[in-house]
Amino acid sequence: MALPAHVEPLERAWYYTFRVICALIFLFLIIPILVVIPLSFNALPYFTFTPEMLRFDPAGYSTKWYADFFSNPNWQGAVRNSVIIAFFATIIATVLGTLAALGLSRPEMPFKKAFMALLISPMIVPLIISAAGMYFFYSRIGLASTHIGVIIAHAALGTPFVVITVTATLVGFDQSLIRAGLNLGGSPQTVFFKIIMPLILPGVISGALFAFITSFDEVVVVLFVGSYEQRTIPWAMFSGIREQISPTILAVATILVLISVLLLTTVEMLRRRSERLRGLSPG
Amino acid sequence: MAAGTAGTNTENAPLMTADGVPLKQSLQRALRQKRRGAFLLTLPLLVFIFIFFVAPIADMMFRSIENEVVGKYIPRTVAALKDWDATSGELPDEKVFAALVEDIKIGRKDRTIGKVARRLNYEIAGMSSLFRSTARRVARLDEGPYKEALIAIRPQWGELETWQLIQRESGKYTASYYLAAVDARFDNAGNIVAQPEERQIYTFLFGRTMAMSLSITLLCILLGFPIAYLLATLPLRYAALLMILVLLPFWTSLLVRTTAWIAMLQQQGVINDLLVLVGIISDEGRLQLIHNKTGTLIAMTHILLPFMILPLYSVMKTIPPSYMRAARSLGATQARAFIKVYLPQTLSGMGAGTILVFILSIGFYITPALVGGTSGTFISNYIADHVSTTLNWGLAAALGVMLLALVLALYLIYDKAVGIDNMKLG
Repeated sequence: MALPAHVEPLERAWYYTFRVICALIFLFLIIPILVVIPLSFNALPYFTFTPEMLRFDPAGYSTKWYADFFSNPNWQGAVRNSVIIAFFATIIATVLGTLAALGLSRPEMPFKKAFMALLISPMIVPLIISAAGMYFFYSRIGLASTHIGVIIAHAALGTPFVVITVTATLVGFDQSLIRAGLNLGGSPQTVFFKIIMPLILPGVISGALFAFITSFDEVVVVLFVGSYEQRTIPWAMFSGIREQISPTILAVATILVLISVLLLTTVEMLRRRSERLRGLSPG
Repeated sequence: MAAGTAGTNTENAPLMTADGVPLKQSLQRALRQKRRGAFLLTLPLLVFIFIFFVAPIADMMFRSIENEVVGKYIPRTVAALKDWDATSGELPDEKVFAALVEDIKIGRKDRTIGKVARRLNYEIAGMSSLFRSTARRVARLDEGPYKEALIAIRPQWGELETWQLIQRESGKYTASYYLAAVDARFDNAGNIVAQPEERQIYTFLFGRTMAMSLSITLLCILLGFPIAYLLATLPLRYAALLMILVLLPFWTSLLVRTTAWIAMLQQQGVINDLLVLVGIISDEGRLQLIHNKTGTLIAMTHILLPFMILPLYSVMKTIPPSYMRAARSLGATQARAFIKVYLPQTLSGMGAGTILVFILSIGFYITPALVGGTSGTFISNYIADHVSTTLNWGLAAALGVMLLALVLALYLIYDKAVGIDNMKLG
């Protein structure tokens, strides 16, 4: 929408006003995330900029909140739990979700729409309802306050993302490739790993990333199904904000922002690769 | 398929495969096998989701009507009360009082009487202390007449209301939780009436949740539309760069964004400091931007904005710029061309974004809990409160089922308008 040379002054004024409005909205989107980063280096236990920080006085800055994060057993336990829970939840969600997506993408699949609706329901039901339901039910079957319980709950929440991304990669998938592979003497296993897998891999990986981030970020279900022993990073942040506010939370937030930048880059690269492979975009 | 080719063969004789099975049958078998194959691939996840997701929600739904406590822990009283006519205006007879004394004695020993006390207390405040204090004193009560003795312990045993309540809640199922969830209750005659005004809270909360979600959705349209328009009309190179500013918040942890807003909005926070520094407000006149509605509105609009921008952007991307140029060259002003030609074409994206943001918003829990104070909390916060603090699980379940019904209804609209298959991620 470059501005032609002959426009009227009013239109020109609107054009610049519009850009200023957009710039302000972009600031609204990004400032809160950027502000966390310098604040996490505050030498004093405040959630705001101190006069020393504004004067760029080195004494106003400190890495002690990071040191606290890396030495505090409360936070280190949370990191360990987050990684363990997200890792296993992702594996369960990815394996089950990929198989289901392969089935759902076949033209012969019966009751496709109903099953699809059921399988993506964990994404639609408000988290507080899933959490309350799981809390009651998992307590009855002895899964409450166990790592396995939280892993299973997170796997259930993550599967819709895998089903959706893998199904999307399978759009336009030529089913006759499977028949060709079998015809040429490949066993079903060979066909799966040599033909299907390479084609759907980008979808599987981005689905797995979604499942991972779902578990890694999730807090409502952990609060209800888990206890202190299963505390994850979001769990510790939530109770930290409610109880004693310490800038360590801002240090954790900064680390999480860096992780999300990494994830965003990976997903974006995968998406481009997948589109290129399937010939949907010129690259 | 088989019927089509049958005509080329001999009349009436079915087409055979090499191994002598009619082709039609053979094809059908192959199709059945394929269907089974597809279904078996999906089966593990179906079973998994059914056990660990659907069953818990069904279990919770059942809790909203389940009501076994009274019948289970004071069974003799319930049985004796069967013959009593609640509308007679007279107290139950001695037999019922004797049954109650026995039930309470046993219940006190088994430590189950507290459950009955808590259950009945949900309906009439004061029931809990009535049962607990009676339980302490009934141990010394060895012989009748129990009626006078009980009334002497607590005069409430001489009130019809108490007995009507016990009789009403002795069934296996109850509608009381749903009535409480819509601010109604049973009166003594068993009619449904509104709660007294000072106890009406949930319809107000549902209303507030909807109103705030609506405000958040409107704010998202207001802020999301210009951004989506800019991204859709800029050259791809610049748009891809600016898109990062939308996707980075989208990918950042919910708690990080909520924490960031706490740092921004609190009284000693960044925004207030900035306003004091610039001189717009005085140091004493710092604005209360958090732990109220304002805090929830700002933080949730920020969190949900990408969910509005992304569907709007994908629709705007498909609108050819030549339409606007055509409208301009036919004599429309820029504004008129925009309203008459461009805007109507964006409605599908706006509809998708609106329903998506609204659905996500009404179920929000974490952000309102941290920045909402008391005036900016949602119905979810009260559900959580009943699950973990007041332990009134029946009411939590009833409120949950109502919220779920609302979300599913909106979701069906979304599916009709947009289609689940068109849901895009990132």
